[in-house]
Amino acid sequence: MRNLVILRLCGYNKTVSDSMWKGCVAMYQQIAEYFQTSSERWFSMLAGHIGLSAGALLPAIVIAVPAGFLCVRYARLNRPVTALFGTLRIIPSLAVLLLMLPVLGTGALPAMAALVLLAIPPILANTIAGLNGVPDFMLETAVSLGMTQEQVWWKIRFPLALPLIFAGVKTAAVEIIASATLAARIGAGGLGDLIFTGIGLFRTDLLLIGGGSVAVLSLLAGLLFGLLEKMCIRYKTI
Amino acid sequence: MVHAIEFRDVTKTFKGAGYSAVDHVSFTVEEGEFITILGSSGCGKTTLLKMINRLYEPDDGKVLLSGTDISSVDVVSLRRRIGYVIQQIGLFPHLTVGENIATLPKLLKWEKEKTAARVDELLIMAGLAPDEFRNRYPSQLSGGQQQRVGLARALAADPGIMLLDEPFGAIDSITRTKLQDELLALHGGMKKTFLFVTHDIEEALKLGTRVMIMNGGKVIQYDTPEQIIRNPADAFVRSLVEAARAKEQFWERFV
Ligand SMILES: Nc1ncnc2c1ncn2[C@@H]1O[C@H](COP(=O)(O)OP(=O)(O)OP(=O)(O)O)[C@@H](O)[C@H]1O
Ligand SMILES: [Mg+2]
Repeated sequence: MRNLVILRLCGYNKTVSDSMWKGCVAMYQQIAEYFQTSSERWFSMLAGHIGLSAGALLPAIVIAVPAGFLCVRYARLNRPVTALFGTLRIIPSLAVLLLMLPVLGTGALPAMAALVLLAIPPILANTIAGLNGVPDFMLETAVSLGMTQEQVWWKIRFPLALPLIFAGVKTAAVEIIASATLAARIGAGGLGDLIFTGIGLFRTDLLLIGGGSVAVLSLLAGLLFGLLEKMCIRYKTI
Repeated sequence: MVHAIEFRDVTKTFKGAGYSAVDHVSFTVEEGEFITILGSSGCGKTTLLKMINRLYEPDDGKVLLSGTDISSVDVVSLRRRIGYVIQQIGLFPHLTVGENIATLPKLLKWEKEKTAARVDELLIMAGLAPDEFRNRYPSQLSGGQQQRVGLARALAADPGIMLLDEPFGAIDSITRTKLQDELLALHGGMKKTFLFVTHDIEEALKLGTRVMIMNGGKVIQYDTPEQIIRNPADAFVRSLVEAARAKEQFWERFV
């Protein structure tokens, strides 16, 4: 009796792994076919995704770094500004996207706005931490050498905060690339289109291509920023 | 006669403190002197030094350099004429040794060749081979080497006054003795006024042309090393001298 059960289990497992194997082969064929027939479309979605992400990251940096500077320069601003962006961050990205709808309508613009909001907190927090992380004695040394306050900011504080600011931008970039997928929901395009089409048509191959592309893109962005960091910040890599 | 440095009844009380960090201090320093400032922790040595380059402003009294009240001069140009070295050294980690030393020459917009020549000259003076050390980052130096670079950086624009706040505090005693000798040689070769803070009485007596002994924000005695040893002004100074003597006797037991 027991043997029978085990045999059955084995047989059952065998058919499962067999069908899984067949499924994999079929999936591979489907994916290969997709790239043969629609690679142009894939490239345009990829380009859209990158464009959307870069278009959100740049304004986020332009807003968050000066905001971080102001928070450190005028310590009184620190709490309210950090709290504001912290709250905005808690709201899930999809909700932010949907909340943007009535304000900005559909398309790439509201998606970008939502992604900018999403990307600000990590850059802001790291800018503040980086600028505050410069020890007092080093600032005092800079001043004692005869630097003006402005020179201390530009020549000492920002360069020393740069590694942390960089790390914040890297985090933000990866978050943006992942969340930009949802932007397809409000008609912004990008690789999310592929994923949502896949969901709609029960096409696992499209889901895999879309999800995989986003994952690889995130990884590449992480690598790229790591490389840029190594190039810009020599003294840390020694 | 114009003094290189003059304190006139200077007092500094930090916000919220129930006592003055520097308490009605008056003294003068002549050009070319090597003054060592000695005292236990918290007696106001650093505070006194920082009032000379205006990192702190006195609450009361005046500080004069070459007869000019420093509160009336531009603070940035004042600081560029005063070298300042601290125990933490404060080399900028993102700049090379050469760039660290060139900080002030660059601020003063010296020509490139002049700056480069000055950097090499200072590195040689500090006992560091220029070709070897110029392009290193501070993290690639030993503590003693960093201290030398800090000294070289402070000397870059040939300041008339050098303020040294426990520059050899974190250095082993062999390197320390070597750096002390080098500093003395350096001072002998220039017409600069040195103010050197320490809480090591032997270092104070060895380096100073005059020694200023502080306690509780006040100057207790300000005299030549010989006078301090022969005629200690009060029990505090006497205890300092005796402590140094006891140490010496400890070594004599092994002769
Ligand atoms: N920025 C500051 N704010 C408030 N109090 C201070 C400040 N700096 C120093 N003090 C106080 O002033 C007094 C003198 O400090 P100071 O740093 O001048 O001592 P010091 O003689 O240099 O001591 P040490 O040998 O430990 O360096 C101390 O009681 C210290 O607590
Ligand atoms: Mg001190």
